[in-house]
Amino acid sequence: MKIALVGNPNSGKSTLFNQLTGMNQKVGNFPGVTVDLMQGKMGLNGKGEASLIDLPGTYSLYPKSMDESVVFDVLCNPEHPQHPDLCLLVADASNLKRSLLLASQVIDLDLPVVLLLNMTELSEGKGVFTDPLKLETELGIPVVVINARKQSSAAQVKACIEQNRVGRVEEAFIDIKTIQPKVWKAIPDFVKGKNEYDRIQQAAGQHHFRNPNLESSKLEEVNQALKKAGFHRHRFEATETVRRFEKIDEILKNASREEAQLRPGLSARIDDVLTHKFWGFGIFFLVMLVLFQAIFAWSSLPMEAIETSFIWFSDIVRNNLPAGVFTELLVEGVLAGLSGVLVFIPQIAFLFLFIAILEETGYMARVSLIFDKILRKFGLNGRSVIPLISGVACAVPAVMSARTIQNRKERLLTILVTPLMSCSARLPVYTLLIAMVIPSKMIWGFFNVQGLVLMGLYLIGFFAAIGASWVFTKWIKSKERSYFIMELPDYKMPDWKTVGLTIYQKVRVFVVDAGKIILAISVLLWVLSSYGPKERMQAVDQAYPEVAENPDAFPEKAAIYRSAKLENSFAGILGKSIEPAIKPLGFDWKIGIALITSFAAREVFVGTMATIYSVQDPDNTGTIREKMRSEINPDTGKPRYNVAVGVSLMLFYAFAMQCMSTMAIVQRELGSWKWPVLQFVFMGAMAYLSSLIAYQVLS
Amino acid sequence: MKKLGDLEVGVKGVINSFTDEALSLKFMEMGCLPGSKVMICRKAPFGDPLVIEVPGSHLTIRKSEALSILVQTEF
Repeated sequence: MKIALVGNPNSGKSTLFNQLTGMNQKVGNFPGVTVDLMQGKMGLNGKGEASLIDLPGTYSLYPKSMDESVVFDVLCNPEHPQHPDLCLLVADASNLKRSLLLASQVIDLDLPVVLLLNMTELSEGKGVFTDPLKLETELGIPVVVINARKQSSAAQVKACIEQNRVGRVEEAFIDIKTIQPKVWKAIPDFVKGKNEYDRIQQAAGQHHFRNPNLESSKLEEVNQALKKAGFHRHRFEATETVRRFEKIDEILKNASREEAQLRPGLSARIDDVLTHKFWGFGIFFLVMLVLFQAIFAWSSLPMEAIETSFIWFSDIVRNNLPAGVFTELLVEGVLAGLSGVLVFIPQIAFLFLFIAILEETGYMARVSLIFDKILRKFGLNGRSVIPLISGVACAVPAVMSARTIQNRKERLLTILVTPLMSCSARLPVYTLLIAMVIPSKMIWGFFNVQGLVLMGLYLIGFFAAIGASWVFTKWIKSKERSYFIMELPDYKMPDWKTVGLTIYQKVRVFVVDAGKIILAISVLLWVLSSYGPKERMQAVDQAYPEVAENPDAFPEKAAIYRSAKLENSFAGILGKSIEPAIKPLGFDWKIGIALITSFAAREVFVGTMATIYSVQDPDNTGTIREKMRSEINPDTGKPRYNVAVGVSLMLFYAFAMQCMSTMAIVQRELGSWKWPVLQFVFMGAMAYLSSLIAYQVLS
Repeated sequence: MKKLGDLEVGVKGVINSFTDEALSLKFMEMGCLPGSKVMICRKAPFGDPLVIEVPGSHLTIRKSEALSILVQTEF
């Protein structure tokens, strides 16, 4: 049995879905369109197992966005694999009129339905009382009062299905045939439907979905026939909407009563502060500050724990398995890659803990309200502010948080530019380079130049992000119109079950979907940096025979040995071969190798530098700095790492897309490799050009 | 007849018609029907977007979108 949850956004539909399925749910991707659908299973007494689908929230059957077109497709196309046997219509009692519009359309499609009246307490608080029995009589379908936040709602809904308390209306909600009457005779006979309303959707619905039951030649015939009969889609849909609302008004006159209760709501008073032109922004930045502090402070411990336990486990594997290629692959490739995936979990979990709370309470809608005007100029949306700011911590969860942006173009732009924000992985690179080339001087007595440079790099990231978005708006066209008409929900306490499940889903999507790609690339990078042409690698082994035998016995020589190995590996050869291309930026082949290995993650730069400069203790950045500082450029006879090279390198790291995890998650979120590749190219171009200019001007 | 986007905060009006056909459908679905009461209840910082009140709910709407709604303010 297939059951679909249908309802307006904010109607409590997803809360109910969580109640019904619990952990027994997964994100299903729709073939063809990249709309994520939540699918789940629930057991029914005596009726086996039902599969449940949570359709995107929408206000009417007629879609205004790609997410909403999925609803039309699923409900109107009987061949669709998710086409339901039963629709649970979730209605918000505090806004019943609007909920009933969509409900009445689904009723008219002749699908078995139950109306679930949710949020009656909220509605009664506002002075609107609905009589479910009268509503049931008026609508002719079963009406069940639920509270989706309570666990009992699941049992109520299940009982309803088990007892077959589902209805179908004999008589259509409105007489659809009186709207543009000429059109009806024009629909060719081969267009079938369960009733007249269904039939017109099959005929005219190709604006919303490709009708698989009609061949393209026949579809064209239908189009011509409708056109000839003077069918006007917008006007048809508008008239239908008005008629439905007229009927709904009549029904509600009988089934609900309103007691005037016009005391200014609490939400309005909170909004006076939270959307204030001064306090609104002030409080927002305060919230963000707390969020970051929490992400950094709370995730650092679990992140360390994950890394330490992997190191501990790697040691066990290394000590207990016979030394050789397989063990090396397992430890340096697979386990290291796995650790690289799992280490993101704390950050993702904490960010989504906060985002889910902000979303659930209704604060997110206010954030998007106060930032919309500024960000709109750059092709973004008020909601883009969360991904952009989260990008300062890590682009991976930030990209995932762009889900809350409904408009596809604005979401795409946000995802494309978010990796330009200076993430925490750039910080070790910046601090190493700043300490090396920027003097620790004070200006005006209290500004440290090093600090100013670091802040400058963060600002560059931000301006690059919104600038790039502005440029992309000229390039990326969208068929979808940008709306900002949204409901401003009242403030409410978060539903903790929803918060928990959001975190669980996000972590799962990252580990399962992006994790595979990250693991594969990290194994590939390991192969590249530990293997090389046979004769060259053997030459290194022969030069240090005693080290190759037992590296632990000669720590000093072992460092030099590792350095020589890396230099002669495929990655080393690759780094050397790109030297001509990066020389104008002031980089040598050593930096070239680091650029290649840090594609795994930016902070790998520091580790690679440690290996190349034969540092025995790679955790000691002081020693790395000393070694790098004493490096002489053979062409000039002066130190290699001067201000020009340092600045050029920092700019390169500020712009370049050197993060396989981000690329993997962008691919996952946008459903195509096209976008991460585009990011790699445009960010690479920005990095190359800015480094080139910086180096040429400064040297 | 005035445009909703031009009204001051707190001025009550009744929706008369829409000048943008595609947008009008979206408005109607969200409860902004010809004949319903409407009022701007606040403006975001910098005067845009707006928060409007229609029977039953509050909606956020960009000023440009609000300019396509014609309202009657004198009764």
